[in-house]
Amino acid sequence: MATEFVARGADLELVGIRKEFPGFTAIDHLDLKIPAGEFFALLGPSGCGKTTTLRLVAGLEEPTTGQILIGGKDVTDTKAYQRPVNTVFQSYALFPHMSVLENVAFGLRQRKIDDVLAKAQKSLDLVELGHLAQRRPAQLSGGQQQRVALARALVNRPSLLLLDEPLGALDLKLRRQMQIELKAIQMEVGLTFLHVTHDQEEAMDMADTVAVMNKGHIEQMGSPEKLYDRPKTVFVSKFLGQSNLFVGKAQSHNESTVSIEVAGSKISVPKTRAEKHDGTIAIGVRPEKAFFHEEQPKLSSDHNLIGPGEIIDIRFTGVSNQYLIEIPNLGNVTVFAQNIGKSPVIELGAKVWVSWKVEHSFGLSDLPESVSELEPVA
Amino acid sequence: MAIAAFGHATGSGHKPSTPGKKSAKVAILLLAPGLMYLVIFFVAPLVSLVITSLQTVDYTTGFAVYSYGFEIANYVNVVSQYGEQIGRSFIYAFFATIAALLISYPLAYFIGVKARRYPLLQALMLTLVIAPFFISFLLRTFAWKQIFSNESWIVTTLQSIGVLASDQYLVGTPFLVIFGLTYNFIPFMTLPLYTSLERLDIRYLEAGADLYANPRKVFRKVTIPLSMPGIVSGTLLTFIPIAGDYVNASGLFLGSTQTAMLGNVVESKFLKSYDYPTASALSVILMGAIMLLVTFYVRRSGTDDLL
Amino acid sequence: MRKFSFGRYALPVYSVLAFVYLLIPIAFTFFFSFNDYRRSNITWRGFTLDNWTSVCEAQGVCAAFATSISIGLISTLIATTLGTMIAIALVRYRFKFRSTISLLLFLPMATPELVLGAGLAAQFFNFGVEMGFTTIVIAHVMFCLSFVVVTVKARVASLDPALEEAGTDLYGSPSQVFWKITFPLLLPGIMAAALLSFALSFDDFIITYFNSGPTETFPKFVYTAASKGLPGEANVIGIGVFLLAIAIVLTIQIRSSIKAKRLAAMK
Repeated sequence: MATEFVARGADLELVGIRKEFPGFTAIDHLDLKIPAGEFFALLGPSGCGKTTTLRLVAGLEEPTTGQILIGGKDVTDTKAYQRPVNTVFQSYALFPHMSVLENVAFGLRQRKIDDVLAKAQKSLDLVELGHLAQRRPAQLSGGQQQRVALARALVNRPSLLLLDEPLGALDLKLRRQMQIELKAIQMEVGLTFLHVTHDQEEAMDMADTVAVMNKGHIEQMGSPEKLYDRPKTVFVSKFLGQSNLFVGKAQSHNESTVSIEVAGSKISVPKTRAEKHDGTIAIGVRPEKAFFHEEQPKLSSDHNLIGPGEIIDIRFTGVSNQYLIEIPNLGNVTVFAQNIGKSPVIELGAKVWVSWKVEHSFGLSDLPESVSELEPVA
Repeated sequence: MAIAAFGHATGSGHKPSTPGKKSAKVAILLLAPGLMYLVIFFVAPLVSLVITSLQTVDYTTGFAVYSYGFEIANYVNVVSQYGEQIGRSFIYAFFATIAALLISYPLAYFIGVKARRYPLLQALMLTLVIAPFFISFLLRTFAWKQIFSNESWIVTTLQSIGVLASDQYLVGTPFLVIFGLTYNFIPFMTLPLYTSLERLDIRYLEAGADLYANPRKVFRKVTIPLSMPGIVSGTLLTFIPIAGDYVNASGLFLGSTQTAMLGNVVESKFLKSYDYPTASALSVILMGAIMLLVTFYVRRSGTDDLL
Repeated sequence: MRKFSFGRYALPVYSVLAFVYLLIPIAFTFFFSFNDYRRSNITWRGFTLDNWTSVCEAQGVCAAFATSISIGLISTLIATTLGTMIAIALVRYRFKFRSTISLLLFLPMATPELVLGAGLAAQFFNFGVEMGFTTIVIAHVMFCLSFVVVTVKARVASLDPALEEAGTDLYGSPSQVFWKITFPLLLPGIMAAALLSFALSFDDFIITYFNSGPTETFPKFVYTAASKGLPGEANVIGIGVFLLAIAIVLTIQIRSSIKAKRLAAMK
């Protein structure tokens, strides 16, 4: 066996990866570095290349160009079965002709490790399925199969664990529970986890670092808090949560802020929170950071104020009320008001102004492709 | 096609509706004619075969006169007299089945797994697999006789390079009979294998590779076990008709008297010397042996869903 | 960057070789249909078109061929009717002795043809039935029946019972529902079964030989002729049937793959 297996996770580095399939390019120049022991999530819509990236790391696909390094070693030309990497497959891919225990023992047997069954049993105990060792995979529920798949991967102590939407097939409640368990197991075993998902909540909830992928490249990478607080592109601002975006020509520079003028209102963003300081730029704000007022408020210059507009839709979602406000020449703006009994009772058709703190604005590096993108995604 | 369906003809997906009295009548009306037909022309003949096999023969008048009896001795005679041909049938069938499996598996794997992304190519290749069925069984066997005839360049070449002695030929040898049997029944092997492999989920193979199994191990531990239903129905579908064949081994085609199989004896006893008890006893032995084999084989490999 | 690997090409190359092997006797039959065979069609004696231009010259070829065609048509008609009825009953109704019935249908497919042929012949012999055209048809219906059931059953099982219920709901009487809804939907399966049945009947030799008496079918003609020299005209008929069968199968497959593509495009 060419590679050795370590107790701790190893770091993963992708250098200049490009992957072409007949007819299309799945990944276009990807660079990525994941430090050892981190829980890393690749987040993106279907078809963005995230699963291809995972398969490249697993060795199930060959990159057209570029290098893959695990723990500093170039494994680009190493076959899948020689890489110190294990995968929890989306469909689990539990061998239907073997017992649960034999499934878990499979990897150990291939590597001729002794005490195979005891180790496999221990791994099953870790996921609390020790009592089902002799069953066939088809006799288990979806959640149990998922855990067996996890045990089958973990028992090998891989340097890197790959998770391909492993929770996608589970119902919402079970998914939340498995998220917590998965995170706990990762902390316990200290392995590097690379988790691919299209579920933004799941990624933000579990990962130390999230990379948002779109059309074969990484749009932005960082901690969940940072990605949410300061998205840098239109795609990220829409894919992670919701955003209200405004487009205008950058002007009236002072020391610390950049502003645009839209429909007679000035919208500012701190320079430190803006990607571009001149030309046409897009400024955004999260719906929960915005407030509305029934009378035009008197606010200092550290607030942005737009309006008046008309409330055209109200949605009750439990924790908050979501208001859609149509502002002439500016488009629709979404505002979330928390349901704590204090928010004003406002009816459909009411005339309101919307405000938020300048420090909550963010400036993007690109522009929405069309006007329709100005409208917040529900 | 039906051959593929044969291997995996398990219960249907739908729950049959619970019948009222009227629909029970309809079911009986639908079933009765066909099942009666099978009882009269399939079950009764099998019984007939057993009865005939136990008949006594009386030669005192100079002609053979058959009368009903319970002559178990017929079987003893048959086995001692034709044990060689009986054994040959099963040995030839064994080797031809193994050869067919070895030839078919890679082909079925290529069509069912590697060509999966190209449905039209898959369809064309499947047509090529069953193409031999579209030319008469006897004509294609005769074609091999032409190809390997004593004057053919293959035989003269083999003689000149010393593989065959100058008075040795291929027609009439066990090798050529097994060759012909293999060729004639290969589609019966390839189609069930294809059906099995076509449904093989590639992700299991990837999971195997991910769990440190090299391609050979993956093949042995994942691919083969998962294609077991195809292997079982393919080998049965090949073995059964081969064991009862009498065309390939016949002196008119690829064989000679030295390669005569059980079927050749049955043919000559039944149609040339009118020795019905002997022919019937041999048929019953073949039927019994195959039933035993099927039961044992299916139990062993754990594929009970053939029925 | 990518290295040349032998493994990548081994399987396709092997498959091509396997197809060549499968097609060799067909090619040979084709070439020897142009052989100026005179007495024996074993070795090549020169090119001629005579076998093709006057197929029926050879004694008995065309008569045997015609007999095979009519036996094929009659037994296919009977086997397909009886088999379709059984298939519908098996999928749509629940009754006792189900597994016994399945066994009865499975056994003819698992029994060597030799046993089927000899058994039936023994039966005819015991009852003093004269062998001939009718006994061949009886034998062919018997061994085609199970194959028809299996083929049609798959189609019945994939049929949504709600379609028939909708027919009943829209005031269709049971017989109207059957002929206007069930039958047209089953037709592709029934056609496939009929084609298979005809092919099995047309090419059968082993069973036929035991139950044919003096009647000559095409395979029987080839068998008897093999001893004294097979006429090249037999090759012509064999190749003609082959080309026709291939054309039918290819048409069906190409049509269904175009249909599948259209369906995929609609999604």
